[in-house]
Parts: sequence; C-alpha cells; structure tokens
Amino acid sequence: MTILFYIAAIIAIISTIMVITRTNVIHALLYMVVSLLATAVMFFLIGAPFIAALEIMIYAGAITVLFVFVVMMLNLGEEAVKQEKQWLSFSGWIFPAFLSLILLLEVIFIISSSGSVPISGKVIDPKLVGQSLFTTYLIGVELSAILLLAGIIGAYHLARRKKKVVHRFLELEGAEE
Amino acid sequence: MSDTLYYLLIIVGVLVVMLTIAALLIWYERRMLALWQDRYGPNRVGPFGLMQVMADMVKIFFKEDWIAPFADKWVFIFAPTIIVVAVLLGFAVVPFAPGIVVADMNIGLLYFLAMSSLGAYSILLGGISSNNKYSLLGSLRGAAQVISYEVFMGISLMGVVILSDSFSLVKIVEAQKNMWFVIPQFIGFVIFFIAGVAETHRAPFDLPEAESELVAGFHSEYSGMKFGMFFVGEYLGITLISAMIATFFFGGWLGPSFLPPVVWFFIKTFAFITLFILLRASLPRPRYDQLMSLGWKILLPLSLVNLLVTAAIKLAIGG
Repeated sequence: MTILFYIAAIIAIISTIMVITRTNVIHALLYMVVSLLATAVMFFLIGAPFIAALEIMIYAGAITVLFVFVVMMLNLGEEAVKQEKQWLSFSGWIFPAFLSLILLLEVIFIISSSGSVPISGKVIDPKLVGQSLFTTYLIGVELSAILLLAGIIGAYHLARRKKKVVHRFLELEGAEE
Repeated sequence: MSDTLYYLLIIVGVLVVMLTIAALLIWYERRMLALWQDRYGPNRVGPFGLMQVMADMVKIFFKEDWIAPFADKWVFIFAPTIIVVAVLLGFAVVPFAPGIVVADMNIGLLYFLAMSSLGAYSILLGGISSNNKYSLLGSLRGAAQVISYEVFMGISLMGVVILSDSFSLVKIVEAQKNMWFVIPQFIGFVIFFIAGVAETHRAPFDLPEAESELVAGFHSEYSGMKFGMFFVGEYLGITLISAMIATFFFGGWLGPSFLPPVVWFFIKTFAFITLFILLRASLPRPRYDQLMSLGWKILLPLSLVNLLVTAAIKLAIGG
C-alpha cells in the first residue's frame, strides 16, 4: 500500500512539473490530467474512494475538458509555443524557484519532525462522507450552493440572447438592446 | 493463490468476451440495419456472413496507417487508445453474475461515471491533434455534448442510488429482487438511456462525426487501425451503456431460474444493444442547438425533479 502510494505521489509530482515546463498548451493539459489521476489514486489508497471518484469525474472529466475546450477556441499555433518559450526564461524562473525551494525544505522539516502516521487502509464510504457533509460541514455546503447559484445566474445573464429587430431597415448598427 | 487465479481468469474472460462482442457487433449492426431497411446486408463470407468481421479486421490491419504531417504526432497516436482503455476499465465494475465481477467497489457507480467521462478526451484530443477544421468542429461538438449529457446522466442515476442505498453495482442488482428499478424510476431510465446514446455519440446524437456536414468529424484524419480503435471503442461504449442499463434498471443478472444468471444478463444487454441499433436505423439527426437545448432545458430539470421526488417519497415512506 505504502509503496503504491509513493509511486502515485512521484508520478503526480513529475507530471505537475511537466505541466509547468511544457510550452504546448495541449501537452501541458494532458500532463495535468495525469497529475489529477495520480492524485485520485493517492486518495483511493489512503481510504477515500469517494473523493477519488469525484476527483476523476469533476477535475479530470469536466474541468480540464473545459480548459482544453477553451484552448481549442483560442486556436493557439506556433506563435503561442514561441511566446511560451520566451516567457520561460532562466532569469525569470530561477529566483521564484529558489524561494519555493526554501519553503519546500521547511515543509519537509515540519513533516519529518512531527512524526508520521502509517496508511491504515481504513475505507471511508460515501455514506460517511454524506453524513459529515450535511452535519459538520453544512454551512460550507450551503455557501457553495449559493456560490454555484450565483454562477449559474451570471452565466445565464452573459449568454442571454439579445433582443433582435427582425426587419433589416429597423436594425440599428451595433445596438446592444 | 487460487483466489488470485480466479480474479485473473475473470479479468481475462471479461476482456476477451467484451472485445469479441465489440467486433461481432459490427456484423450484427450491419445485418440488423439491413433487415430493417429491407435488404440483405453482409451475408457472403461464412455462415450468415459472420466471417465478415474477420475480413474487415484483415482489411483494416493492412490499410495504410497514415499520420498527417501537420498533426500533433504523439497526441494523435494516443487519442484513439483513450476511449478503448476508458471503456474497458468501465467494465471492471459490471456484475455479470453473482461472483463474476472484476471489482465490486463500494463506489462502483461513480467509478463507471468517472470512466465514461474520461472517454471524452478521446474525441477532444483526436480532433484537436488532427489540425483539421472539420475535426476541430467535430471534437468541439463532441466535447460539449459529452460534458453536458454527463451531468444529468449522473443525476438520473441518483434515484437508483436512493432506492438501493448503495453505490455498489452488486448491491444495486440485489436490491431489485422484488421489483426492477425501471418501474419506480421510469423517468430516470429514459433520461439515462438518452444520455447514454449521447455519451457514446451514436446516431441520432452522432453530431461529432455527422458525415453529411463534417466529413467524418473528429476522426477525419484517422486511417487504418487507429480509426479501427475509435470504431471498436464506440461499440464497446454501446455494450457498456447497455450493460449498465440492464444493471441499473432491469435487474442485471436476476431472472427466472431456468436460465443461468449470466445468460439473463447477456439477453438483457443484447436487447438494449439492439435498441441502440434500431434507433440508428429509424431516427434522423437533430440539429446541434436542438440537442443542446433538449439536454439543458428538458432533461436536466426533469432529472432534478426526479431526484427530488424520489428522495421525498423515500423519506415519507421511511427508508
């Protein structure tokens, strides 16, 4: 179990690094899918199969597909790859990377000093997740529901069809309403 | 050790049976379409034309496997495999009979939905890596269609989950001992069936490949066995959706005891596969905006209402 977990974790780290360093957007998104799948495997192994399934369904299956969708609409070609290459200059990334390295070392120190808990393999089934969502974390569920409702209304407003005058002489050039 | 061997046997068995069925479906579909259109269909090679499948296979393997020079090569090669892999992984949770299931997970239903949502990448990447405008249009349509129909495909199944109290497919089948879920969940069944047709992008919802407007849609640039993979993936998808309809709404392996459970399961599955083919034979393709508005304006609210009513009744009766 522990070995499987670490394999998945290493895959997640490598693919996430690849997401950042790829210059072709589609390839970067593909690596992101791999990273999400690896995260799902990790969730599954530490006993959270419900979250693992949601991770694949929502993040890999829906959100990243939408990313790819947007990229397709933008029709990025060779120029975008060149631009990405320019932006990824050595002087651009070395200093942030150095700062992040310090933070990483700190995190490693904190984790290693606080003692580790072995993977128990105890499975939390969907029923338990549902119960805690609707008791302990009820406020969070309600708030995210309101946020989603706001999102839906916003999307409706943006995508609403504008009123159009059918007659060609009555139509005003570039009219909003 | 014998336990491991048993599971290995089941895994290999499921793989072999499913791939054989997918291959035979090519013949089955052509024969059935011919029957309904008052012609013979392929009936020359072997008994009833059954060997046509082999002939097609040989032909497709010897076709030139051409990769367009303007294509994104690795993604182009990778795309057709995704759909086959995703659908075959989906079969892992299908309970064929008591004891004959690769993995009886307690999230089986979610796992199936997750795998079918991964299948969308195949269309998407196939279309975008081809660098062809018809492919791009086809995959744009395909992605939008699959994403939007996935939403209420999941929601329509929640009624089944409420009634059976479980995400595990084995438990869902066992909960249908007294009554198939198609009776209390008829709306759920209809929505799931329509969403299933859209998810496998079969006619009448085959807009991603609408050959009259988009050449062959997202797989215009594909040839040889890469095209064959898309093809096999589509038939595997039909089989998976049919098997799922049989499991969720028609009692899976349950049936009178004069036939073994596996046979009941396959009879039900084949009935739905035939229905898929009949749909293709009889219905015209809707316009793309009609497809989208049907999904978001009718099926989504309907599935939400179905979920609410089912939950309310379950609460009132006292589950």
